[in-house]
Amino acid sequence: MRPIHYLRCFAGIATREWLRFLNQRGRFFSALVRPLVWLAIFATGFHFVLGVSIIPPYETYIPYAVYIAPGLIAMILLFNGMLSSLSMVYDREMGSMRILMVSPLPRWFLLTAKLLAGVIVSVLQAYAFLAIALIWEIEPPWYGYIAVLPALILSGLMMGALGLLLSSAIRQLENFASVMNFVIFPMFFASSALYPLWHIKEASLLLYRICAINPFTHAVELIRFALYGQLEPVSAVVLVAATAIFLTLAVYGYDPAKGLMARRTAD
Amino acid sequence: METGDIGPSPPFRGEREGPVAERWEGEVGGTANQLIGPPHPALSPRPAGGEGKTHTSDPGSVGENPVSVGPAFSVEALGHRFGPRRVLNNVSFSIAPGDFTVLLGLNGAGKTTLFSLATRLYAQGEGAIRIFGMDIRERMLECLRQLGIVFQQPTLDLDLSVDQNLFYHCALHGLSHRDAAQRIAAEIERVGLVEQRREKARQLSGGQRRRVEIARALLHRPRLLLLDEPTVGLDIASRQFMLDHVRRLCREQGLAALWATHLIDEVGEGARVVVLHKGEVLADGAAAQLLGEMRAPSMRAAFETLVQEREAA
Repeated sequence: MRPIHYLRCFAGIATREWLRFLNQRGRFFSALVRPLVWLAIFATGFHFVLGVSIIPPYETYIPYAVYIAPGLIAMILLFNGMLSSLSMVYDREMGSMRILMVSPLPRWFLLTAKLLAGVIVSVLQAYAFLAIALIWEIEPPWYGYIAVLPALILSGLMMGALGLLLSSAIRQLENFASVMNFVIFPMFFASSALYPLWHIKEASLLLYRICAINPFTHAVELIRFALYGQLEPVSAVVLVAATAIFLTLAVYGYDPAKGLMARRTAD
Repeated sequence: METGDIGPSPPFRGEREGPVAERWEGEVGGTANQLIGPPHPALSPRPAGGEGKTHTSDPGSVGENPVSVGPAFSVEALGHRFGPRRVLNNVSFSIAPGDFTVLLGLNGAGKTTLFSLATRLYAQGEGAIRIFGMDIRERMLECLRQLGIVFQQPTLDLDLSVDQNLFYHCALHGLSHRDAAQRIAAEIERVGLVEQRREKARQLSGGQRRRVEIARALLHRPRLLLLDEPTVGLDIASRQFMLDHVRRLCREQGLAALWATHLIDEVGEGARVVVLHKGEVLADGAAAQLLGEMRAPSMRAAFETLVQEREAA
């Protein structure tokens, strides 16, 4: 196998993901509407409840909507990552997963390519959100739009890898609701998406510690700083490590020799 | 129900005498076009782990056919269990290039398990599966290049068009867009779906979807085709089309095909048949010969006799 074969394979997987995305515009809009509802209603309502002092990377007092924008971008990535990976578990997708798995390229590559293809679609949605967010005067500097790209890709990979891991490891994923309850909501609320960590620290030290190790917090912070052209090194390291761990475990989970896939498909 | 005993009456094996494993090790007993020799490493088509040269004029593809010898597909003493339940027990048989072999068994006989093992969707423990002499555990990726598969479960993406589904498959096999376009045009014509190319798979009938799947399985030019119950749910005309199509491929292109089915009437006169029942091979040989030796009026009668004999044993 030469690199060109890998490239063509990736292009094929990405094209398919893109076509599916075009075919499911409803999914796109609902993925976009969700954070916008948060922005339009939640942020407005909480504007006077939660005071946000001047914390980096912000250089002045900011409206609450500006504070939660990075968290909502990360939310788009989180939902998409979970959805695209979990769709593999459902019968609808199981067939195409088989087709993917009998390609003569290494499994780790196929899974990573599928992940990356999903991330590309997520990133486009994140930019669409940023464009609409201008209405709420969420206006990072122009270079922020460029600097945020790697942060979006890394965050998207981390959450996609987590979804992939869940889809490979958990046998009974009856519906998306259980994932919402046990993964998405805890990850989202126990993070710095809606309130600064120092606020949480004042309220509960335990919760603060949970938030501090939550990889989602680091995705939010990486995006937050990147939007202002700054790098948050700790978050970057945590995200790279989390992505590597989740992806390795997911590839392991999809290895037939470990039998996770076999056990599930045998049911 | 014992492990070494493969067929209740040895003459069934006809010209393919003895358990497959023995044939490998020792003398070659096969039809004229069958075994040239055991899969000695020196005869293997590609150097292990290497990229390998293909002998075709199309360097852009990864699904090309290396020169190789030996059976297209062989399983040797294959076993598998789900927890305490044994679904395959000491299954051995082989398919020569150009052979059309029907794997006949009722639902639950272990056919799909065998296919899942051969495509590495399940981990394989007991016994060995070889594709053109290559053990799938050692050289899975090379094996996959030689393999075209039609799964029992529908695997087309219903929201994509026929073309899009086919191009996706080509990409997964590393084909360039130009090669893919040429091959898709040829295969889709052979299955008579030129006019449906731009339609979404969802709009096709069950028979048409199956035809697309078979066209897709051939795009990377495999030399071995595995079909798991490819005619389930199809009407008579579509079933006949599928059967004729695959048999023609075997005849004209030397493709080896393993056609798993529970529909006894799909075992044509000239076919070779492997009867699988409750995870064990009950018979393995040319259909006509099997009927003759069992003095059975039809394949159905022969099958029922075999099953009864096995149940009584």
